[in-house]
Parts: sequence; structure tokens; C-alpha cells
Amino acid sequence: MSTPVAHGSIRRRLLLSLLASAAVLAIVVYFVVQSVARQVAQESQDNVLTASALSILDSARLSGGEISIDLPYSALSMLDSISDERVFYAIRLEDEFLSGYADLPEPTGDPNGTSSFLSTTFLGEDVRVVLVKRRMSTDTGRSFLKVSVAQTLSGQKQALARISRTSMGIGAGFFLVSVLLAALISRSTIRPLDRLTGSVSRRGPKDLRPVAAPVPSEMVPLVASLNSFMRRLQQSLMRSEDFIAEAAHRVRTPLAVVRTKAEVAQRKSDDPETRKALREMIRAIDDSSRTAGQLLDHAMVTFRLDHLAREEISLHRLVQDTVERMRPTSELKDVTLEATEVETATIKGDPILVQNALHNLLDNAVKYSPSGAEIHVALTTTDDGAKISVKDTGPGFQTDELDVLPKRFARGANTQDIVGSGLGLTIAKEVVEAHGGTLHITNNPGGGACVSLVFPSS
Amino acid sequence: MRQFGLSLVLIFAAGWASAFEAEEVARFGPENSDRELRIISTADIAFFEPMITSFLASAPNTSIEYTVVSSSELQKAIVDEGEAFDVAVSSAMDLQTKLANDGWAQRFTPAANSALPDWAVWNDMLFAFTQEPAAIVVSKSGLGDLPVPDSRNDLINLLRQHPDLFRGRVGTYDVRQSGLGYLFATQDTRASEIYWRLTEVMGALDAQLYCCSSDMIDAVKSGELLIAYNVLGSYAINRADRDEFAIILPSDFTTVMLRTALIPSNAPSSELAALFLDHLMARSHGQDAQLLTNPALDLSQNEAALNRIRIGPGLLVFLDQLKKRAFLSEWESAILQN
Repeated sequence: MSTPVAHGSIRRRLLLSLLASAAVLAIVVYFVVQSVARQVAQESQDNVLTASALSILDSARLSGGEISIDLPYSALSMLDSISDERVFYAIRLEDEFLSGYADLPEPTGDPNGTSSFLSTTFLGEDVRVVLVKRRMSTDTGRSFLKVSVAQTLSGQKQALARISRTSMGIGAGFFLVSVLLAALISRSTIRPLDRLTGSVSRRGPKDLRPVAAPVPSEMVPLVASLNSFMRRLQQSLMRSEDFIAEAAHRVRTPLAVVRTKAEVAQRKSDDPETRKALREMIRAIDDSSRTAGQLLDHAMVTFRLDHLAREEISLHRLVQDTVERMRPTSELKDVTLEATEVETATIKGDPILVQNALHNLLDNAVKYSPSGAEIHVALTTTDDGAKISVKDTGPGFQTDELDVLPKRFARGANTQDIVGSGLGLTIAKEVVEAHGGTLHITNNPGGGACVSLVFPSS
Repeated sequence: MRQFGLSLVLIFAAGWASAFEAEEVARFGPENSDRELRIISTADIAFFEPMITSFLASAPNTSIEYTVVSSSELQKAIVDEGEAFDVAVSSAMDLQTKLANDGWAQRFTPAANSALPDWAVWNDMLFAFTQEPAAIVVSKSGLGDLPVPDSRNDLINLLRQHPDLFRGRVGTYDVRQSGLGYLFATQDTRASEIYWRLTEVMGALDAQLYCCSSDMIDAVKSGELLIAYNVLGSYAINRADRDEFAIILPSDFTTVMLRTALIPSNAPSSELAALFLDHLMARSHGQDAQLLTNPALDLSQNEAALNRIRIGPGLLVFLDQLKKRAFLSEWESAILQN
């Protein structure tokens, strides 16, 4: 089976998009906090400046038609109360300069407003200027008394630096929390997929039941099509197995008839060439009928594996029985079959399947061993389980075929002239694996093959 | 001092090339020094000399030119004439603040910045290195059995009770001439209305007006004056003959002037000036301070009554021409009654 090509990761994509939006939000938070705070700082500075300018304006009095201004000490000292600031002011009556800094720029704001502001540079430093005015009646008529007060920005700059640090901290904290949440969210979002993967991959090789566990609505279509796919697969599997079993069964009976007829014909015929041809025919019929039998066996095994029974099996008895059943065949071929060294062992499983598996191994051993060979069957127990090994003194396996042989219809290169289907080892392997065990194929050190079934202890 | 090759040169106003009027110019340190620090100051040479000699001891191959001027001449030298000085030292806090506020001072961070009290630094431009109270100096012998006044109220009562004794024998600053006198007077009016009552009383007694503290102290010593009001306490206490008169820090409130230094924006050797200010501040503040004022002047006894003038733009208020004109006319009408 080939591994699916991975293209991107949902979790990573989710995480990245969450992080990206968190980063954007954090930056927005930083700028919003900073701009709000900047505005507040600017407003509070403007308020203090306005208060200072108004207190100067309030100190203006008319005495004898002339304006006198008693500059309040606090008007200027209040501007310096929190941070050291340079302070400038100018008092003008319309355009006539009365006192202060004659060059101080004047904000040209709303002419009707109470106060107008200006950010500019004065005497080499950035300043904020406020202008307030009041209508006065003097000897020369009514005119505006205008007071401008300016302040350097060192306190405001300090405040802004502090605010900048704070909003940086808020933004960073926001981002960190978002990272944490994004990790949690992406993990919890992906969890149903993980669960589905886990539940599908935990299944046995023949388990094609539909997925029944509840899944999020987004995954329902996927699971529905998976289920429908599995149902179709199962139906198609069942159909083909039924078909094979049916075909094998139907072929076997006529073959038996054909074989009997061929034997009769052989016996009656005197022509040596005809007898030879008939012998070869019988041989071919045997081969076919054996294959059909094993296909039936295989279908039976497959069916029973799907509904694996869990009975107590006395392995030693099963080994003895199977060896005894096989003995007539082996004696016919003049092969010595012996159950040496049989220990007592019990496993849980389907006795018919296990017997079938062992039978296939013995059948192979007898079939591929020459006359006069010996086959030793042993049942040994270890802490981990029980091991049935079948050793023969036949030709053994070719070492480069050891991995291939248990596959369906695979046959060794040195078996050309022997009747066989290639299903025997496959059946044994499927049975032992369905019981949680393993099949081992090796050659004996002194020649001959050794096949063992290892079952875990129940 | 001799080892530095002190040479004191008296310069008369007429002979000086510049337009501003220097009272004295003194040179300290070796003749052919690699670097020279030019200080313009309102402090008497004798008052400031310990600071100069201690600095020269730690800075080899350096000489100092020390020019003594009045506070208004200092203003003129720096603002109007752009004279190149490295350090400007003045007792006129308001004028110093105006210099700094108007951009004539460089910003500088002293090495011992964190150890300095808040009131000693303004805007990294102005650095205060002394605390000098305005005192009442009384002639002990001239007063005879009369009680020595402890506060302005006591002083007013004393003057009222003995007008004949004190007529023509009380003195104070002529605030029209003296920047420091003006500073003391304006700060007194901020602290209490009693200043105006006292000025009225002194004016009624034909008060004598002086340009400088030293002159007032001399007058008290000579018997010409019995009482001098708003005398620079540090000058009085630094005199060798300080036992001949009583120096009173008024218990109602004592105005304290901070002598400040700044580095003018056009200072030719601003790095050397920074070294000098570091030295000045380190020596004037903290546990190991070696003050320029005599240790007998102990301000800490009187801490609650101290009215330490705060450096800041508030000081600009009384420099405002309208405000100053109004204040001086009121002061004149109070003190010049005859």
C-alpha cells in the first residue's frame, strides 16, 4: 500500500491563520491603545496650558482705561509642576505686544472658539502653544486681549514613552494569550479527525463494519462515503469469495467423475501411449481437484476468520490427531512422519482453523519430500506461548523465496513437477496471524525445511 | 594655591575690551596649560575659590579663568554679546532660569544625577550647588539690651517701639539695583504679606539701600547700621569676624536661594565644563559634601521654616516687564516715603 501524499496540514494551517489574525489584532491593539493614550496625553497637556493661559487672562484688569496684568505666579509654575518644562508666554492686545516673548508663534485656530492650539518649534525645542482671548474695553475701543502660553513636551514625551511601553506590553500579552488559545483550539479542532483515524486504523484486516461513533457535522459526508465504500467493498469481497467457493465446489464433482472414468479407461487400455496420456491426465485432474479443494478450504478459513471462535484448544492433542490423520498419506509415499517432543499446551481459538493450518504444513512437507525422507513435528512451550514446528529432510526452501512463499498462489521454483496450489502456506499464515501469532519459514542447518507456527499464550 | 601659579588681575571697567562690566578676573592653574575653563560668575572669588582649587587638583594641566560680574552683566555677556564662557554661575536664580528657559544653556546629565536631590536639577540645564538663606544681620553691640528679633513680626515690633534708635540705621537691598535683592523681595511677597508691612516700617524709618550683601555686613560691623534685612547669610557666616554680629534666620520663614551653574550653549570647552559641573555637584551634595558655606550655617535646625526657592518657570513671572514695573513701583512707594 502506498502512503498518501501529504499536502499541507489542517492543524498547521489553522494554527497559522489563528496566529496571523492574533498578530494583526495585537498590532491593532498596540496602535489603538497608543493613539488613545496619545490623545489623552495631548488633551491633558492642552487643558493645563489652557488653565494657565486663562489664569493670566483673568488677572487682566482695567484701571483708568489702561490694561494692567498681574501675572499670577502659579500661571507659569503650574506648567512645571510634574516634569521640568521650558515655558513661554506672550500677552498681546490685538497685535500690540505687551509682555512675554514677542516672537512666540500664535495659533490661528477657530476665531470664535475659546482656545486654539498649535504644535510648533520655538527656541530650538518642540512646543505646544495655546491661545485664549477676551474682549476688553479700552480707551481706544473694544479689542481682544490675547494670551498665548507654550510649553515644551518633555513630560508628554516621558508619558508617551511610558504609554508606548505599556501598550507594547498589552499587545505582547494579548498575542501570547492568543498563541496559547490558538494551540488549544487547533488541537481540539483536529481531535475528531485523530479519533476517526485511530478508530479506523485500530481495526482488524477483515473488519469492514461501518463507523458508528458520532463525528462533527463537517465530517459526516466523509464518514458516510467511507462507510458506503466499505459496504461496497465488503459486498464485492463476499461475492467474489462466494463465487470462488461455488466455482470450486462445482468443478470438484465433475472432476472426480472425469478422474474415475480416466482410471477405468487407463486400466482397460493396452496401448502404452494411451496409458501414458491417461496417466498424465489423471495427474492434471488431481492437481485441479486439489486446487479446488484448497480454494474451498481458503474460503472456509476466510469465513471462519471473520467470525473467529475463542475456544480452549489442547494443542498437544490437536498435533497428535493431525499427525495420525496424515500418517496414511505419508506412508503411501514412504515418508516417516513422527510427532517427537510434544509438550502440553493450551491456546484459545478456532480448533478447526488451527488443525487446517497444521494440516496444510504437514501436507506440504509430505508432498515436497522425497521417498524415505523424515518429518518431525514438535510442540514446545516457552514463556511467551506455544510453538509447533514441522521439520523435514527434503530439499528445503530457496533462501531468496522465504518472504514470497506465504503469499497467495506463490510456489517455490523447485516444485514444478509436484501437484500444488500455492495456498497452503497462505492459509497457515492467515490462521496463525488471526490468532495473534506468527509464521516462521527457515531452512534447517543440516538441510530440509522448517516451518513453525508460534501462538501467543492465552 | 600658590603651586597653581595663582595670578589675580584686577580689571577696571574702562580697560575691558568687551561691553559687559567685569568686576574682577582671576586666573588659576599653570600658565601654559593644555586646556582652559572660562567661568563667569556672580560669586566672590574668595567664596568660590575652594571649588576651583579642588577641581584643579584633580584635573592636571588645566587652568581656569574666573570672571566676577553682577547678575545683570552676566545676562548681558551671554545673551547680548554671546561671550564664550564654559560655565555660568549665578545667585540670581530667576535670571539663570530665564537663560536656561530661553535656550542659552546646554543639557547635561551629571555623573551623580540619581544621588542629587530633586530641587537641585532643573531640566538637565540648571544645577544648584548651594543653599544660601536670606538672613537678618543685627549688630550685637548696637542693640544693647534690646531683644534680638527672631522673626519678622519681632523685627516690626522692635522697629516700631524704638523709631528714634533705628531711624536711618536699618538697611536692605535696593531691589532696583540688585537682582538677588529683587529675588529675595519677590519671594518674600509670595510667602507672606508681612514683607510689605516690614517694608512700610523700614521705609518710615528712612531705610538705607545697598547694592550688595557685603556692603550691608560692613555697614553693620562699622555701626552705620543696626539691622540689615535680607542679607545673604552665607556671606555673613563665611566672614572671619562673624562673631561681631548676630545672624538670624527668621523663624516664620527663611527664604533660601540656590546658587546655580549652567553650561552656556556656546561653551567652547563643554566637555571640560561637564567635568567641572560633575566635580561641583559631587562636592556639594550627599554625605561627604564639602560645602562652600561655613558649616556653622546649619539649615537643618530650621527645616520647617525653610522656603527653598523652586527653580522653574514660576521664576519668570517676576521678570515679566509689566509685573516687574508694577512690583518696583509698589516697592518704591513703600520704602521711599520721604
